[in-house]
Amino acid sequence: MVDQSFVRTEIVPEKSAPLSEAGIVGWFKKNMFSDIPNTILTGVVLYIIFMVLGNILPWVFSPTWNSVSLTECRSILAEIGRDGHGNGGACWGVIRERWLQLMFGFYPSELYWRPVLSFLLLGVALAPVLFDRVSRKILFFTAVYPFICFWLIWGGSIWFPVSVFTGFIISYFGFVIGSKSAGSLAGVLAAMALPIIWWFVLLSPVNSALNSIIPLGSEAIDSDRLGGFMLAILIGVTGIALSLPIGILLALGRQSDLPILKGVCVCFIEFIRGVPLITLLFVASTLLNVFLPPGSNFDLILRVMIMVTLFASAYMAEVIRGGLAALPKGQYEAADSLGLDYWKAQRLIILPQALKISIPGIVSTFIGLFKDTTLVSIIGLLDPLGLSTNIRADMAWNGILWELYGFVALIFFIFCFSMSRYSMYLERKLATGH
Amino acid sequence: MKKSAFLGTLAAATFAAGFAAAGTLDDVKAAGELKCGVSTGLAGFALANANGVWDGFDVAVCRAVAAAVLGDGNAVKFVPTTGKTRFTALASGEIDMLARNTTWTFSRDVDLKFEFAGVNYYDGQGFMAPKALGISSAKELDGATVCIQTGTTTELNLADFFRANGISYDPVPIETNSEAQAQYLAGACDVYTTDASGLASTRATFESPDDHMVLPEIVSKEPLGPLVRHGDNNWGDIVRWTLNALITAEELGVTSMNVAKHSSEAGKNPEVNRLLGTEGDLGGMLGLDKAWASRAIAVNGNYGEIFEKNIGVNTPIGIARGLNASWTEGGLIYSAPFR
Repeated sequence: MVDQSFVRTEIVPEKSAPLSEAGIVGWFKKNMFSDIPNTILTGVVLYIIFMVLGNILPWVFSPTWNSVSLTECRSILAEIGRDGHGNGGACWGVIRERWLQLMFGFYPSELYWRPVLSFLLLGVALAPVLFDRVSRKILFFTAVYPFICFWLIWGGSIWFPVSVFTGFIISYFGFVIGSKSAGSLAGVLAAMALPIIWWFVLLSPVNSALNSIIPLGSEAIDSDRLGGFMLAILIGVTGIALSLPIGILLALGRQSDLPILKGVCVCFIEFIRGVPLITLLFVASTLLNVFLPPGSNFDLILRVMIMVTLFASAYMAEVIRGGLAALPKGQYEAADSLGLDYWKAQRLIILPQALKISIPGIVSTFIGLFKDTTLVSIIGLLDPLGLSTNIRADMAWNGILWELYGFVALIFFIFCFSMSRYSMYLERKLATGH
Repeated sequence: MKKSAFLGTLAAATFAAGFAAAGTLDDVKAAGELKCGVSTGLAGFALANANGVWDGFDVAVCRAVAAAVLGDGNAVKFVPTTGKTRFTALASGEIDMLARNTTWTFSRDVDLKFEFAGVNYYDGQGFMAPKALGISSAKELDGATVCIQTGTTTELNLADFFRANGISYDPVPIETNSEAQAQYLAGACDVYTTDASGLASTRATFESPDDHMVLPEIVSKEPLGPLVRHGDNNWGDIVRWTLNALITAEELGVTSMNVAKHSSEAGKNPEVNRLLGTEGDLGGMLGLDKAWASRAIAVNGNYGEIFEKNIGVNTPIGIARGLNASWTEGGLIYSAPFR
């Protein structure tokens, strides 16, 4: 008897999922309305979103861009039947009139191209650091960039940044020649002593001589004209760029076997972490002035930059120490067994792994540092928040809060969010876990 | 108290160091600019416009001194200072003078080692309340919630006033004037108290200022004026007599319009002649030239003109002269004679 049971010989063609499970409808059904509690929650959340947007959007879309004062904003809003400034609509005229000031402070408007150019060049200088596909040759530009940036923003004689940079070249050659002729210790000493002699003794006569021979320079800008986001970015980028290397050195110093070095690093880190940033800023703005000889002119912004950098370095050191501590002991032993000396072991084996582990912490410190720059408004520097106080002192705009703070918050969000996205990109790229 | 003693020590330390330095006048002349401490932003008194040019009632004093000393009212480097940094900035020599609505008090003058050059604005602490509250005097404020800036003399004055009148209040501490504005309008407090000039400018920004009234009581004396460090009397004289020149000019009818005419040749009034240097050499006694006062007046006009332009009744702030009228018109603004 032939077995009549049915056996299918060809494969059934794939069908798309039923309409109720696929596409937008399916997604909503699965995620939003799967059962009664979820449906209720969805409804409540939708209602809240509707209420919030319903209040914010009319405020944001308010036809007051061309107004010249709060009074005019109020009359525009009254004309179209809105509920006055505050509830009825924003007064965007203040942003139109003052956004350049919020960006550049009191920088002369005909010279705005200088900070803009240095910001663009910052992108070029950072590219090889941030992305490995960019040519390594640009790193030379990165090394020179701080001096170009200084000259572009502050102006003045070109010979000053050039001769300060020469100090680093002297240091390099001092190291090479010193270590070849009399050993590595002599090289390190020469690398430290020679540029100090150059900067403190020879620099100003050479500078003035060069100036008198070839007076090359651009219009000098006083520090008190810097303000707004330009100031925040200047302080932030300086702090970020310098705190990472200093923080690495401090973290290594703290783990060192040399007692004095270790003691100094621990004291520095614990002292700085033990005081609030605002205290350090007050020290920079008031105490330093009292201790320096009368008449000495030590730029306030420079003082603030130094303090912010020191502060961030101490935090950075602890973040990196966390990364170092997370490495298994075997990694250190492996480096030793390969016969690598201390610096090679750190450079090739320890730090690449420790820094990778520390990326989220490092970026958090960067973001925190950038936002902390707003504290300088308390010592009278006109950063975006300080400027918004000043703008409100103009009777045309007195009474405006949300528009100014909203604008400042938006710009800060753009910067901080980009940093955070970049750190996630970096983590994905460096992920070697399996 | 602790804080002021600390600041005083700092000031004293600098005071000692300051002797070694050359006179402030020489420093200012050598630098070619006057470093003048102003507020970071206070309506009518100090503000920077969209082009970054500083303007205001206190700023005008800086410009007048710069014009008297350097011959150019724009040769001023304005250093924005906060309530916390202003005294150390002056004591440490970061600024040459401070014109930042600073109240002349005993301890600031004596303990902090500063020298007030005079009074350019007589202020006093007042109260603002909504008219809907239905009160006409601060003495009826029993049990009221009061918005008050913390850490200022206004806080202490408030406590004194309520204690002296045997009534109670509920303080709502806030940090800045703009925050106070928002809190008051939102109804977080019944009354807002700060200096009367601040109340006037705050009220002027309201959507409907007529719904709010400034109560008649003024509960404190706040004489505001420019100040310099102890230890350089010549520089103190220059700032004091520049302010006096602006005040005297109003009294004598010398304005920015006619100052050039009066300065060109000696007129009938001998005091005008002495003031503007067409007779005698008062400027020389200060270490300046004869036309110093003439230049100071030419920058922004006399005291009355500065007042009207920045905070007077025709500005949005709209403060009447009141106590700040010239003594000839029943106010307190009075200058020693130019003789």
